Amino acid sequence: MTEAVVRTEHLSRSFGDLVAVRDVSLEVRRGEIFGFLGPNGAGKSTTIRMLCGILDPTSGRGFVVGHDIAKEPEKVKARIGYMTQRFSLYEDLSVTENLEFYAGIYGLGPRERAVRIAAVLARTGLEGRARQLAGTLSGGWKQRVALACATIHEPPLLFLDEPTAGVDPVSRREFWDQIHRISAEGTTVLVTTHYMDEAERCHRLAFIFRGTLLDVGTPEEIVARRALRVVEVVAADAVRAADLLRTLPEVDEVAHYGPLLRVATRGGVDPERFVPDALAAHGIAVTSVRATRPTVEDAFVSMVKDDARGGAV
Amino acid sequence: MNVRLLAIAVKELRQLRRDRLTLGMMAGLPVLQLLLFGYAINTDVRHIPTVVLDHDASAESRDFAASLVATGFYDVVGHVEQQDEIGRALRTGRAKVALVVPAHYASDLARGRPTTLQLVVDGSDPQTVASALNTATGLAAARSSQLVATRLAAAGGVVSAVPIQMEPVTWYNPDLRTATYVVPGIVGVILTMTMVMLTAMAIARERERGTLEQLIVSPIRRWELVLGKILPYVGIGYVQMTLILLVGRLVFRVPMVGSTSLLYALAFLFIAANLALGLFFSTLAKTQQQAMQMSFFFLLPNILLSGFAFPWEGMPEPARWLSQMLPLTHFLRIVRGITLKGATLTDLTGELAWLLALLILLVTFSSLRFSKKLD
Repeated sequence: MTEAVVRTEHLSRSFGDLVAVRDVSLEVRRGEIFGFLGPNGAGKSTTIRMLCGILDPTSGRGFVVGHDIAKEPEKVKARIGYMTQRFSLYEDLSVTENLEFYAGIYGLGPRERAVRIAAVLARTGLEGRARQLAGTLSGGWKQRVALACATIHEPPLLFLDEPTAGVDPVSRREFWDQIHRISAEGTTVLVTTHYMDEAERCHRLAFIFRGTLLDVGTPEEIVARRALRVVEVVAADAVRAADLLRTLPEVDEVAHYGPLLRVATRGGVDPERFVPDALAAHGIAVTSVRATRPTVEDAFVSMVKDDARGGAV
Repeated sequence: MNVRLLAIAVKELRQLRRDRLTLGMMAGLPVLQLLLFGYAINTDVRHIPTVVLDHDASAESRDFAASLVATGFYDVVGHVEQQDEIGRALRTGRAKVALVVPAHYASDLARGRPTTLQLVVDGSDPQTVASALNTATGLAAARSSQLVATRLAAAGGVVSAVPIQMEPVTWYNPDLRTATYVVPGIVGVILTMTMVMLTAMAIARERERGTLEQLIVSPIRRWELVLGKILPYVGIGYVQMTLILLVGRLVFRVPMVGSTSLLYALAFLFIAANLALGLFFSTLAKTQQQAMQMSFFFLLPNILLSGFAFPWEGMPEPARWLSQMLPLTHFLRIVRGITLKGATLTDLTGELAWLLALLILLVTFSSLRFSKKLD
């Protein structure tokens, strides 16, 4: 049986008149990588901060690693790791000193600390830089150190708040390898991101927009639920073709990819026939049409647009 | 020892070790301030520049001017011929005092008629006026009784000693040296300045760099964080205090009459009170700069009202009341009491009670404000 490591019931948070998080109910299961997806300002960080016990909910309840976040925030804090996009390292301390510090504030004794630090340095390939000041590391290395600090006490649950913001693609990929390794060892990971490619690396996703939860499920489930069909089209006049397609009710979204137009249709409309026909009717020649798999990004954009139009999800 | 608390304290010391500027400031500032205050603040006014307007130009008038110079308080910088030249001399700052000897001074004295010497002083500097007037009046009185005695003797009267005499006996700082008074006070001022500022900035820095969020999301308890942050600075406070007392002793010959261990024990309350105050500021400040501004803003009333620069006894009632709320006021009395007068714990219970009450108040205030929540 899979047990919920995080469970929220109608969790809400307001800042004055602004509702940052509205009525969020969800469950995160043990050992999974759970992605929290949404544009900037959607309420991702606010939700994570409530789950970490450093921000009180305005209403609703939340349970993290078996403790009520409003009533026992300190018990929650002892059993979670937390890493933000700011990395929160002390730049004037060396890599080892940073690790020692975080091991210390999580209550690890000297002997345990030495063992853990040696292990973490080896795992992350930081051994050669152990004595380097954290402030002199590049973004990718800082990120590794920050992850090492956040997991030094081997927490059963790890919160990552936009951990890859401003990090180069290679480092990002290595970082996700690490996340999967951590998860394979049994740690539950809750990660926020607005990178769609990262969303597909999660076991399950929650879409949050304007503080409201739009959908929860595996990437495949979420994409399937939107019932989108997508084609890549090469047309003579891509800009005019895109403008035209956007006026049609059957078309959900049009996006430029170099010479290609990526067109999503909904309501079971077959885009392989519909798109060339619609363009031909307006005298725009189509050189190629190729069906392709709808992505999380397609689903997300579609959902956000529906929400913005005030339509049903 | 508590692992979490120790982790914070060690981290704080490591950061401090790498911060050369702050480190230099903490050691250099006390010594620099000490030398500045010790040498510059000197209320023992000597060598006041003086001009003489001598309408008499007699041996007696010259004799009086010479005895004035002999006191060491006056230096005759020149002679003027007319009344309005005195105004010029005072305005330009050439002189602070003018001695006016009336015409017929010598002949009046010889005939036993009363005569009046005039001392014009520059009142824009009250400290000088007080000193100048005291010495000159004393000198004139001494002269008078001497004359009366001579004359009585000449008339064949019995010359006894002066009937009533005041014998001033100064205890504790017999030479009335300002440095002796100022140096122990500097211990308090420096501790107020650095302790408040360092803690206020130490937390504001974490807030600014985003590491505070990482701390409050950890299981560290509020008191562990606060104490761990404060303890290294308590040590620094003691180092500063020792430095000032040592330099004060070697350079300014400031005595240590009372118990050093009592002073160090009581200083703990004072240092802790300042650190708690710094912590309180840090809960209000969003940036290090704001924290620094608040600390400086707080320093000014401390210097003005605590009795460091101006005598507490001369303050109006509301100012006194306000100054009682400043930890420095009480610590100054403690540090001066112990170093100069050899005060014991029993002598200082009043100040101790005040300091303790302020400490409890500040600690309560700042821990209430310092929350492990973000909003």
